[in-house]
Amino acid sequence: MTMLLLEDLNVHYGAIHALRGVSVSVEQGRVVTLIGANGAGKSTILRAVSGMIRPSGGRIMFEGKSLSGQPPHQILRLGLAHVPEGRGIFANLTVDENLELGAYQRSDPEGVRRDREKVYELFPRVKERLKQAAGTLSGGEQQMLAIGRALLARPRLLLLDEPSLGLAPQLVQTIFRIIREINAQGTTILLVEQNANMALAVAHHAYVLEVGAIRMHGPAADLAKSDEVRKAYLGHG
Amino acid sequence: MTRVAPQLDDGPAAWRFVPRNLAPLGAALGLALLMHFVFQPAAGSFASKLALDIAVNIILAVSLTMVNGFTGQFSMGTAGFMAVGGYAAAAVTYYGSFRLYGSPNPPAGILSAFGDPTGLPLPWLQSGDLMFVAACLFGGLVAAGAGYIVGLPSLRLRGDYLAIVTLGFGEIVRVVLQTSERRLSNAEQIAGTPWPKLLTHLGGSLGFTSIPYFTTLFWVWLAAVLTLVVAYRMKRSSYGRAFLSIREDEVAAEAMGVCTTKFKVRAFVISSFFAGVAGALIAHQVQSINAGELGFQRSFDVIIMVVLGGMGSISGAVLAAGVLTVLPELLRFMADYRMVVYALALIVMMIVRPQGLFGVREVWEVGPFRRRAAGSGAPGGGAT
Ligand SMILES: Nc1ncnc2c1ncn2[C@@H]1O[C@H](COP(=O)(O)OP(=O)(O)OP(=O)(O)O)[C@@H](O)[C@H]1O
Ligand SMILES: [Mg+2]
Repeated sequence: MTMLLLEDLNVHYGAIHALRGVSVSVEQGRVVTLIGANGAGKSTILRAVSGMIRPSGGRIMFEGKSLSGQPPHQILRLGLAHVPEGRGIFANLTVDENLELGAYQRSDPEGVRRDREKVYELFPRVKERLKQAAGTLSGGEQQMLAIGRALLARPRLLLLDEPSLGLAPQLVQTIFRIIREINAQGTTILLVEQNANMALAVAHHAYVLEVGAIRMHGPAADLAKSDEVRKAYLGHG
Repeated sequence: MTRVAPQLDDGPAAWRFVPRNLAPLGAALGLALLMHFVFQPAAGSFASKLALDIAVNIILAVSLTMVNGFTGQFSMGTAGFMAVGGYAAAAVTYYGSFRLYGSPNPPAGILSAFGDPTGLPLPWLQSGDLMFVAACLFGGLVAAGAGYIVGLPSLRLRGDYLAIVTLGFGEIVRVVLQTSERRLSNAEQIAGTPWPKLLTHLGGSLGFTSIPYFTTLFWVWLAAVLTLVVAYRMKRSSYGRAFLSIREDEVAAEAMGVCTTKFKVRAFVISSFFAGVAGALIAHQVQSINAGELGFQRSFDVIIMVVLGGMGSISGAVLAAGVLTVLPELLRFMADYRMVVYALALIVMMIVRPQGLFGVREVWEVGPFRRRAAGSGAPGGGAT
């Protein structure tokens, strides 16, 4: 079943035409990745989906419902959480308070408690630092907190914007392992990545974005083998 | 959880700031009575006036903290809201006295008139006191309404629009009030003029004078503590954490499902309410209010308190309000140089501690009071 469907999506930032008729579909239960160079428009796609910017044209359908014109908090309520680029940690609040805000819209304390346990299992480091100001966490820990926090909203679709950015190679491995784990537990994932190697390894399906338009797409394993992708994004001459 | 984190139950969102148990109310009453019946007679009139000014400044600084500190917006309109609240309340008590009692001297109880010159025993509360309380609430509500009108369009946008709009608002309020018509003083004329018309007679450029005297240490400290209670609930309840998330990162707050516009407006309206109440309290102490004296400078004084206290620290704002009220008095012996020294002290302070006294934390969360070692060193504490 198609969970998220973007059709002919157009976004303008003033005079800049950032997305030029992008169509993407995300099947339920999958990990779908968007790869592309800096400025290609990857984050813009996620922002449009989560309602942070308003597209100038096209359709966004989530589980059969149109998201057009809906504010972010409404979209989150429908089951779609966004971990924005740069993590968006509340630096002066404690880790605990950050997590609490993740479950901000929920009114089932029992369920939140259970989900917290799950987050602690995925990210034991986060649990150790509950009382610490989130700004004092390392970059990797902040990324874990950001993902854990988004999971507390109990999304069916999770949008991740460059979760591996600025992390040491070993931690990158960990983050991707966790992404796979989250997916295995039933959450569909739309993943934006610079690290095309890793992204293609965890994703089922991939889209390549070039200056605001989809250049090609297909099963991730196929794209990883394609000469064009290997040359442009995987660093193989 | 080691810290007090009031878990408020559900219920209409707007009511969650109302204290559920009455302990804070009791504390407020207790302190107010103490200030009125113990501090005032013991400390004398000079110290009492200072204590009164401190309480008013606490209300103002804490109310501005709700906006500039909690939600990270930048309001410069405090004086404007004080003027709105002060004039509205003054109109109610002044014209109300004529209407209800046929004279400009409404009956007041012992809480509103300590040391009555006639020496006669006074009852605790008279109907005039109730009129005064109602007037203060009315002043607060009018200011809150003005806050809503000013805040809604400017808080939809990210950025510094609020600063500009509130600055303009203060000026507009000043000009409008100064061009109002003269205050009526003839009892018959007042009795024959309908209320909406009376509200246009606010004294014009001379200011609104002959306001009945009500404001004592009791009322200001009661209001100050209640302001603190509301601010603390805003900061510490799980619902109120939404305010702080906006200051920390507006985009991320939206990603959490916080409707940022709604919360910014809410904080601004609550803050305007308290600024209006402070204006009302001052008007009934000085017995006059003049919009000409409530210009940008007055707003700026309050901004300094909030910045010095640490942009988001309630206790910091309280401390700064106290220090900045007392300091100019202590420096009085320096005569003409005192404002220079005052300014220098502020500059040094900002160089030594740019995040203010406490950053966004509370007094008991830092230094020797600190219970948890971790978490006090958040980088850029207090920066927006
Ligand atoms: N707020 C904005 N105002 C104006 N232009 C913007 C804005 N945000 C993005 N853009 C432009 O839109 C284009 C796409 O930006 P976007 O952030 O989506 O790129 P990206 O693919 O996520 O890049 P990166 O990998 O560097 O994060 C870029 O040319 C960028 O300069
Ligand atoms: Mg990006």
